[in-house]
Amino acid sequence: MIKALRYFIEIIRGSFITGRHFASNFFFRCLKVLGIKTKRKGAETIQYPEQRKEIASRHRSLHRLMTRPDGKPRCVACMLCVTVCPSECIYVEAAEDPDPEIQKYPAKFIIDLSRCCFCGFCVEACPEDAIRMDTGNVELAEYSQDDMIYDLDKLIR
Amino acid sequence: MTETLYETLIIFIKIVCALVWLLACTLYLTWLERKESALIQDRVGANRASIFGIRIIGLFQPFADAIKMIFKEDFVPSFSRKFLHTMAPFISFFFVAITITAIPFGDTLRIGNRTIHLQILDFNVGLLFILAMLSLGIYGIIISGWASNNKYALIGGMRGAAQVISYEVALGLSLIGLIMVYPSLRLSSIVLYQGELLFGFLPKWGIFLQPLGFVVFLLAALAETKRAPFDLPEGESEIIGFFTEYSGLKWGLFMMVDFMEVIIVSTLLTTLFFGGWQVPWLASDGFHFPWGGELLLSHVVVVLLQVAAFNIKVFFFCWLQILIRWTYPRFRYDQLMDFGWKLLVPLSLVNIIGTGIIMTL
Repeated sequence: MIKALRYFIEIIRGSFITGRHFASNFFFRCLKVLGIKTKRKGAETIQYPEQRKEIASRHRSLHRLMTRPDGKPRCVACMLCVTVCPSECIYVEAAEDPDPEIQKYPAKFIIDLSRCCFCGFCVEACPEDAIRMDTGNVELAEYSQDDMIYDLDKLIR
Repeated sequence: MTETLYETLIIFIKIVCALVWLLACTLYLTWLERKESALIQDRVGANRASIFGIRIIGLFQPFADAIKMIFKEDFVPSFSRKFLHTMAPFISFFFVAITITAIPFGDTLRIGNRTIHLQILDFNVGLLFILAMLSLGIYGIIISGWASNNKYALIGGMRGAAQVISYEVALGLSLIGLIMVYPSLRLSSIVLYQGELLFGFLPKWGIFLQPLGFVVFLLAALAETKRAPFDLPEGESEIIGFFTEYSGLKWGLFMMVDFMEVIIVSTLLTTLFFGGWQVPWLASDGFHFPWGGELLLSHVVVVLLQVAAFNIKVFFFCWLQILIRWTYPRFRYDQLMDFGWKLLVPLSLVNIIGTGIIMTL
């Protein structure tokens, strides 16, 4: 009986906790709507499309292909990223480069982002620092799956 | 002849007004639920819906929801029983919406030499009518569970039925003490009686005469609305509930029924336990304070005050029910049965006996 009574008291206390949250947040929200500045912000969350959290410098976001000074991709089509990719989402087709220093360049470089798991292994594997994941773009939603396949034009930036 | 015409017209206007009131409250209760739950959880809540860039704290959100729900595909699974599947949401909706007929919104309004009761129909069994219609509403849930031909929907419907038998008895018994005190089932006379004073200063509201009855009725009525902590028919985390196979506006009707039940329960709590449209010490010609002061008001102001008081009380109980819904986790199946049969029913019996003893003294 005493135990049941204690449960009952705890149940009542629970409603006071939520009630307190409601009351304090309501009060400070009302002050904000009325244009009164207070030190404490009631229930203020990040209002996403307008405000954004700063992305950490080591965050792995959308890939980009680096370019040489003449605008061609740095990639030498060594296939290391293709080999290491765990989700097998990179497709590279090599072609011969007239410059003997470079020897190969990617005729096609395709990343299927609908399969990519953003592990960053391709960035780790690349000997030429040709691929990076530092664009800061994390909003990759598309209406069709075909739009998720990124080729050279979309990756070089 | 013209007299009957006027009477019919007045009844028609009253029906339209009451239904519009109920549906508008339902619409904005969804908004209130979103905002209140957000504030409880330290969020801001729905504030994006806008018309031409004007947001005003998300007040357009219910319309956006309604438009979304109307334009969604109304999918009827091939394995369902089509006729019953379509009927079920309408049955639920009808039995809840019809209870608004017996709710008194205010006292009489005098226009010229005509007296209009601010209540659609002044039943002499108004209270019984509301209780009967609210419990008939469970048929919509059982039928939807059966007609969906889906095991989870069926479990939801069966749970709804089991829930009804565990709270409905306590819901009825808790009101018997109240009926003994205000010897009437007519809601308008129950409210009129609550305008009298106890000890010369305290209004004779049900909460002061029947505190135990109020607690039992509140708990049973929370089970009546089928929302957390008593959302067994729905149980959205384990079985999706009786509306698993519904989509579009039919699902929307079930959701609206939930919110309408919240409003009906709030109006019932207000009418039975918090004096309905009574404002403390407000008589038909103005305020008569127990310490001797008087403040005379015109008829229209008094009626407006009474209707406003009714709305404020209903709003408070809607707020309280949403607070409860966002505070407590769901009861287990057997816990609800225990709660209904072993706690609420004995308490309401104790209430009846106690009321009887005090009344005979």
